[in-house]
Amino acid sequence: MSLPDSRLPTDPIEKAWTNRKFSMKLVAPANRRKYSVIVVGSGLAGGAAAATLGELGYNVACFCFQDSPRRAHSIAAQGGINAAKNYQNDGDSIYRLFYDTVKGGDFRAREANVYRLAESSVNIIDQAVAQGVPFAREYGGLLANRSFGGAQVSRTFYARGQTGQQLLLGAYSALERQIARGTVKMYPRTEMLDLVVVDGKARGIVVRELDSGAIRSYAADAVCLATGGYSNVFFLSTNAKGCNVTATWRAHKRGAYFANPCYTQIHPTCIPQSGSYQSKLTLMSESLRNDGRVWVPKDPKDCGTDPRQIAEGQRDYYLERKYPSFGNLSPRDIASRAAKEACDSGRGVGPAIEGVRRGVYLDFADSVKRLGKKAVSERYGNLFEMYQRITGEDPYEVPMRMYPAPHYTMGGLWVDYHLQSNIPGLFVLGEANFSDHGANRLGASALMQGLADGYFVIPYTLADYLAGVKPGGVDTTHAAFKDAEGEVKAKNDTFLGIKGRRTVDSFHRELGNLMWDNVGMARNDAGLRRTLQRIPEIRDEFWSNLNVLGSGGELNQTLEKAGRVADFLEFAELMTQDALVREESCGGHFREEYQEEGEAKRDDARFSHVSAWQFNGVGAEPTLHKEPLEFKYVKQVTRSYK
Amino acid sequence: MRLTLNIWRQKSRDSTGSFEKYDMPEVSEHMSFLEMLDVLNERLQADGKEPVSFEHDCREGICGSCGFVINGRPHGPMPRTTVCQLHMRSFKDGEELWLEPWRAKAFPIMRDLVVDRLAFDRIIQAGGYISTNTGSAPEANSVPVRKDSADKAFDAAACIGCGACVAACPNASAMLFTSAKASHLGLLPQGQPERLERAEKMVVQMDSEGFGHCTNHSDCSAACPKGISVENIARLNGDYLRATVFGSPRAGDDAEGGG
Repeated sequence: MSLPDSRLPTDPIEKAWTNRKFSMKLVAPANRRKYSVIVVGSGLAGGAAAATLGELGYNVACFCFQDSPRRAHSIAAQGGINAAKNYQNDGDSIYRLFYDTVKGGDFRAREANVYRLAESSVNIIDQAVAQGVPFAREYGGLLANRSFGGAQVSRTFYARGQTGQQLLLGAYSALERQIARGTVKMYPRTEMLDLVVVDGKARGIVVRELDSGAIRSYAADAVCLATGGYSNVFFLSTNAKGCNVTATWRAHKRGAYFANPCYTQIHPTCIPQSGSYQSKLTLMSESLRNDGRVWVPKDPKDCGTDPRQIAEGQRDYYLERKYPSFGNLSPRDIASRAAKEACDSGRGVGPAIEGVRRGVYLDFADSVKRLGKKAVSERYGNLFEMYQRITGEDPYEVPMRMYPAPHYTMGGLWVDYHLQSNIPGLFVLGEANFSDHGANRLGASALMQGLADGYFVIPYTLADYLAGVKPGGVDTTHAAFKDAEGEVKAKNDTFLGIKGRRTVDSFHRELGNLMWDNVGMARNDAGLRRTLQRIPEIRDEFWSNLNVLGSGGELNQTLEKAGRVADFLEFAELMTQDALVREESCGGHFREEYQEEGEAKRDDARFSHVSAWQFNGVGAEPTLHKEPLEFKYVKQVTRSYK
Repeated sequence: MRLTLNIWRQKSRDSTGSFEKYDMPEVSEHMSFLEMLDVLNERLQADGKEPVSFEHDCREGICGSCGFVINGRPHGPMPRTTVCQLHMRSFKDGEELWLEPWRAKAFPIMRDLVVDRLAFDRIIQAGGYISTNTGSAPEANSVPVRKDSADKAFDAAACIGCGACVAACPNASAMLFTSAKASHLGLLPQGQPERLERAEKMVVQMDSEGFGHCTNHSDCSAACPKGISVENIARLNGDYLRATVFGSPRAGDDAEGGG
């Protein structure tokens, strides 16, 4: 099967989405309850979609593996959400947000998708305020903004350092309201373990109830996956421990194409690792770079010295030096690589782990002097507290130490302009799809995309799909459901039956280290080829030497993890393969062979396309489909933040 | 440092549980509490024993998944800190710790340190929202909100729904949780139309879930990892009283800012 039509509009970009909304089919209010829709995931994208589809009158079932939909990982987003409101009168517009996002994504996203995202951004803020999201305000009572990496305007709305939490609680409250009204049935502690495709259409899912261990099926007229990203393929990332690739990977194994899996984002400001027992990395909002200055000592001999004792002239404010116009606010990929370079050159700070100091300073001394401690604390108080709790150091006194960490994944299941995958009836929202950020996502744009997809895109595009199909007709007694249930059960039985000697976490850590070293911030041909050889070896050992205790018929957190790590062990191979064949550097994908004076060197002639991969079996060569990218509005230039 | 852990082990909802003792000989002060449990779990599995089940996800103190009682204190000894953010430097070499799940009738124990907190979601379902459908919102800046109202609303909205307040309360009351949501919405102009109704419905639901009554001990606020204030309880009590004594919202109740 080749790649289906991406259904990109050909109308002028300013009118494209409006015109498309008008031309799409509708489902009349009285008919909506006849259609059932499954939404997997309850974060910003899934929660917003489930709530909105419920409000419209569809019969919605929403699933999450956490104990409550409010715990989805969107909750951890700190910094803010972009919207082209131009409240600051500083030259922002929908077009500029569109332009910045296409450029920030290093010209690897579809223009029409990005424009729609920018267009929806203004409605998101209205909606969130109406729900009671307590955004920061000025004394006059109007909304406040801050600036963020990759932009020269101030367009980010925020709720202290907990913007994701507040937006998610907004979507969650809308969702709970629909649950109370009976339009949405919520299934918490329920993990999707397979997608069921009948006659070429997505018709349901197989799940495991994590409390009882029961395997069950649910049928519907359409399935929406909003299951987040795959940063945990690196084991250590800023993602929550439960974040996984299972839902999207199992959909991929049922035929959904996976697009651009090598596009991963490494966040420049995370708290450095403190020891080998480390279970995750903690992100400190990028908004800190607004008022903090990044530096390392000029002389490696100063790396162990108390930073307050290092004279101004002995400090290298390398972002300000290398990128004078964006300085400390350079985009994430650039800031991350610059930090790695500084540490690789022996000028890193903080504790040495395996002989290398991996940290750079983020210094607030100037801001405290300029604005006062109170103003700094109003902006970043909770972040400073968090930092102090983890490191035992007070950032008002001593510069913070930061190092990049995997954070977000731009790749995901391939979708068309309607957010539909190549399997009809399977829609993919938020971080789980690949669609809007190209090769690199700008700060404060993840929340925007999740909510745009859930509140303002899927209600229209899903209706267009449903209007073309008859409701019902397939239930869970269908053979496809029974087969999928059987496979899920057999897989769990296998995990429990291996009775080997190694724990799930030990395999996850081993895979994570391999991926971080070779498919992380910088990649090269030899390392990627080595990784492709090594992954199947780890996978083979996993399937022969894994130890999962307990049974399948009970709450068994190790069994849950085993399924997720098994999928990461397959997915990692595709991610590496994608990184290997993309012989260019773009956005978060940095190939050491393709650079010019340390900057990423894109190859538009060969790689101005989306790579959509088709699954052909575990360990078998996947098929690559290419969707060419056209740029009619933003000229493909070399990104420069100098 | 070396620690002794006594951990509540319970196989399922229906089984009875008991404490089991574990020796932790090499604990680093830089580990988080949950990382220490990870280390224990790796060891238990190597010995063929089932690991300790505990709830956790973001491990940065915001998702509200984690939480258990350490030596009688929900989330342990550090004020305003979830157990995932608690680091071992808060403990001394040789200490003996007792870990047990939240204890409340409305939070049944599922396994080891994991409890069922769905009752919280049902309290929100009863009225913890502003009824506004997607698409119907007015322009965001069309309703100014006093900065102090927005700030106070935010303080209340910072609740992570972990359940420590219930675990800390001698009556296992959920008043701090319930009042935080009611206050957050009731302090904003957008939340006024449903304010009194919301207060009443949420309190009724809370009672029906089997949570106890508030008798003003304030242990909840002391245990809260987000420092949610008991002022919210006073606000909710005021609204509840007005709703129940006067029956329905009266003219003048929708003044901006609220109680």
